[in-house]
Amino acid sequence: MTEVNQAVAAEHGLSADEYAEILRILGRVPNLVELGIFSVMWSEHCSYKSSKAHLKRLPTEAPWVVCGPGENAGVVDIGDGQVVVFKMESHNHPSFIEPYQGAATGVGGIMRDVFTMGARPVAMLNALRFGEPSHPKTRHLIAGVVAGIGGYGNCMGIPTVGGEINFHKSFNGNILVNAMCVGVAEADKVFYAAAAGIGNPVVYVGAKTGRDGIHGATMASAEFSEETEAKRPTVQVGDPFKEKLLLEACLELMASDAIVAIQDMGAAGLTSSSFEMASRGGTGIELDLSRVPMRETGMTPYEIMLSESQERMLMVLRQGAEDEAAAVFRKWDLDVATIGRVTDTGRMVLSFAGEVVADVPIAPVAGASPVYERPIEPSPPPVPVVSARVPSPLAPLDALQKLLATPDLVSKRWVWEQYDSTVGADTLAGPGGDAAVVRVHGTQKALALSVDCTPRYVEADPKMGGCQAVAETWRNLIAVGATPLAITDCMNFGNPERPRIMGQFAAAIDGMAEACRALDFPVVSGNVSLYNETDGRAIQPTPGIGGVGLLADLTRRATIAYDQDGLTLLLVGECFGWLGCSLYLREIVQSEDGAPPPVELEAEKRNGLFVRELIEQGLLRTCHDLADGGLLVALAEMALASNIGMRLEAPPSGVNPTGWWFGEDQGRYVLAVDRDQRKAVLDAAKAAGVLVRAIGQTGGDDLGIAGQSAVSLATLRALSEGWLPAYMEAGQ
Amino acid sequence: MKVKITVSLRTGVLDPAAETIHRSMGQLGFEAVTSVVQRRVFEVDIAKSDRDAVLAEAHAMADKLLANPVIETFTVDLVE
Amino acid sequence: MRVAVVTFPGSNCDRDLAVAFARATGRIPKRVWHADSELPSVDVVGLPGGFSYGDYLRCGAIAARSPIMRAVADFAARGGRVLGICNGFQILTEAGLLPGALIGNRDRRFVSRWVELDVTHPDSDFTRAGKAGQRLRVPIAHHDGNYTADAETLARLEGDGRVAFRYVDNPNGSAHDIAGILSAGGNVLGLMPHPERAIDKALGGTDGSVVFRSLVEALA
Repeated sequence: MTEVNQAVAAEHGLSADEYAEILRILGRVPNLVELGIFSVMWSEHCSYKSSKAHLKRLPTEAPWVVCGPGENAGVVDIGDGQVVVFKMESHNHPSFIEPYQGAATGVGGIMRDVFTMGARPVAMLNALRFGEPSHPKTRHLIAGVVAGIGGYGNCMGIPTVGGEINFHKSFNGNILVNAMCVGVAEADKVFYAAAAGIGNPVVYVGAKTGRDGIHGATMASAEFSEETEAKRPTVQVGDPFKEKLLLEACLELMASDAIVAIQDMGAAGLTSSSFEMASRGGTGIELDLSRVPMRETGMTPYEIMLSESQERMLMVLRQGAEDEAAAVFRKWDLDVATIGRVTDTGRMVLSFAGEVVADVPIAPVAGASPVYERPIEPSPPPVPVVSARVPSPLAPLDALQKLLATPDLVSKRWVWEQYDSTVGADTLAGPGGDAAVVRVHGTQKALALSVDCTPRYVEADPKMGGCQAVAETWRNLIAVGATPLAITDCMNFGNPERPRIMGQFAAAIDGMAEACRALDFPVVSGNVSLYNETDGRAIQPTPGIGGVGLLADLTRRATIAYDQDGLTLLLVGECFGWLGCSLYLREIVQSEDGAPPPVELEAEKRNGLFVRELIEQGLLRTCHDLADGGLLVALAEMALASNIGMRLEAPPSGVNPTGWWFGEDQGRYVLAVDRDQRKAVLDAAKAAGVLVRAIGQTGGDDLGIAGQSAVSLATLRALSEGWLPAYMEAGQ
Repeated sequence: MKVKITVSLRTGVLDPAAETIHRSMGQLGFEAVTSVVQRRVFEVDIAKSDRDAVLAEAHAMADKLLANPVIETFTVDLVE
Repeated sequence: MRVAVVTFPGSNCDRDLAVAFARATGRIPKRVWHADSELPSVDVVGLPGGFSYGDYLRCGAIAARSPIMRAVADFAARGGRVLGICNGFQILTEAGLLPGALIGNRDRRFVSRWVELDVTHPDSDFTRAGKAGQRLRVPIAHHDGNYTADAETLARLEGDGRVAFRYVDNPNGSAHDIAGILSAGGNVLGLMPHPERAIDKALGGTDGSVVFRSLVEALA
């Protein structure tokens, strides 16, 4: 076996200080297996060593939160003895190296996090960021990632119901693939991952172990370079068929009382699953690695412990339940093996072929990994853009046409038609609306789901950007009529050893925390992905937010489409015409300058609760929140979804017209109401102190502005629907 | 000239299709099967007569297009 | 009307199909496991959508050779009604209970969308509850739904009125826009679209219930 020294430790990504700490903990030099264990457990991916100090500032509690961060996924009460279980996770680096398998295994991993807890997954969402369309790799990456997400999710029979896709040059060498899984469980049937019961068997189930992705967890924690791309570690290949069997087998066994604790083997495989289970239970574990089902011959204990083969689970069973478990897993054609037992030693003792190959204490490896308070440098404050000084080279309807055809705003139908969004027969609103809505099977309740972040805002002002990401998620849930419950976060940032990056991270957390607190919208699970850089160029910071809301009565909900002529269009919220960081500025003026629109949390909450109340009372069935591109883009999206046009009034005097149509002011919604509803809505607005004004009427087959020409819906649709298919086909 | 390009998964990469096919062979009574490998074969006609040039071209197309070098390897054989 | 729904490893629309039958008949269908060699005493067998055996080898190929399919073949030979949806249709063709094959979509991509179907054979046991000339709006979700058969088979299907459903706007390249076909005896239907996902207004439509109500009528 290789002799371990500081140089070998460095090759494993451990710093000199960390290596010294290992020597202190063990009181001796570790062997290679032990070093491998420390390296993955103390990697950024598993230990959160750079982010932990900041993540603590996020609010994680509310009366409806059953289980916050720290378990496989967050758990939130949805009434009637049911809970929703959800989490979002990144698979950025593997997806850049092998887009199909990277994205597929990312989907598989996050599904396991959810069904590990006893929940049946009911919906998937994803947030994807690619480089510029003109970059030579972008098309290939989109095709592979989308096919991989679909390939895995479709086979599992879990509908992919929503998501977002953006393009920016900062992602040219480092794409983001974030996947969110949402499941539903009985509240008294939630499973946790704390190994308990001295002497209880530790059981391995699922696919066999191969040499897949060894050191994947450490790879995700180091910057990319041309060199690592050439190195190409063994890529994990996903097998969604096996995962489907694993899902059904686990849920079947969970109906009995055989399982004490269960944890999926994700990044750092058997190492992190066994250490985390023992750590949470305050126990020890003994494993005989010879008993691990293996796919390849000649595997060493080091490889067995660090393999990232997919579709595997580790569980602690009640003593005597092994036969019952084995029968269930064999029925589903899955490998199952008792590989060890729970002990009271507080140590992980691994043997292989009769010899002890590792013996380390659990607490210092899993619980007490290093925590770094890395140096922070704040981002320079952005200079606000004055709307009146922004050039308006195009008439509003011409600018609209240009915007609708920009990659960030075009229809993503080409993508979401590759995802089965209707399997399960519970999808009430799939991709293309503000939030997806999925019925809780067999009930009149529904879950509203949305993933959001505006990386360009976060880059310009990390704190405001973090706040905006949370607020926009909340707003999207409100816009369908849901009560927002909680969020999961997926923090994608650059190299934390750079003070500017760490400053972005810390400020984004502060902004998120402020919004979470103001909106009663706690964080219940999350994931941190750092070192998203290529050759020293960092990505736009992307704290992706996945939100879950509840509709108590699925008949009281809103969509972005209206169904008749003659409805009044109402704008909810203040309009200052904020053009800094807007898509208008970027696409029409070619400038990425300015400060992002400020989020006024008090107004955000007031406006949102007002809108939700209307939907809940049955007064409102058409609602769209305003986001990227501003008012005119939102209106065009509504008209296209309805296939009915609209006639808009000219901007009010005193507001800059460009800012009116394209400003990205926050906390706003557009509603479509009939004559009877109109009075009720305006009265309610007055009572609630919410600014609401009429801005036009529905009807016709074009979109027109008073005093200007109109543009046909057919033209707008061709612009919106045309770009992505044409772009993808150009590569064939 | 005609070449045969055979693309295989790299040694050690999981082949879920072959594994599933192997298992169902057992269920159908073909119990003596000890391993199954699934490969893709391309037969390509190349309008060139120089043997080395044809092989070089076949290698290039396998490397750039037919195989995914992250998880696959390939072999090239001259058929005629 | 008594119904059995078969679950193969990798089936993922078995629950949805059982729900649709339960709603149409008022009785919970029996669930049958692929490894069983006998069917319970029923009037209709449903083969659900999904990815049996991961679609490895060919879609439906391995499932078509599972023990329960021998029982399904016997059941069909005795005139029992068999409904195969999506992967269930693929399994029926692989098992030889329906002619032709379903190959990769023309665009070589998975396609998930709502489509319109013409009911081309409104008298069958699976369509009689519909009106003549009725168009049904139902979802599709498949990667290998491109129906193909030799010219002779296609001519026979057309001549015998065995094309049950045709796509209004062909999404996958299927020959003759075929979305679903009947067996020679008219007691086996295979179709790629998912009627079981269109039985509820809240989900976007109830057109799919025609298939289930038709069976109830036929067997009343």
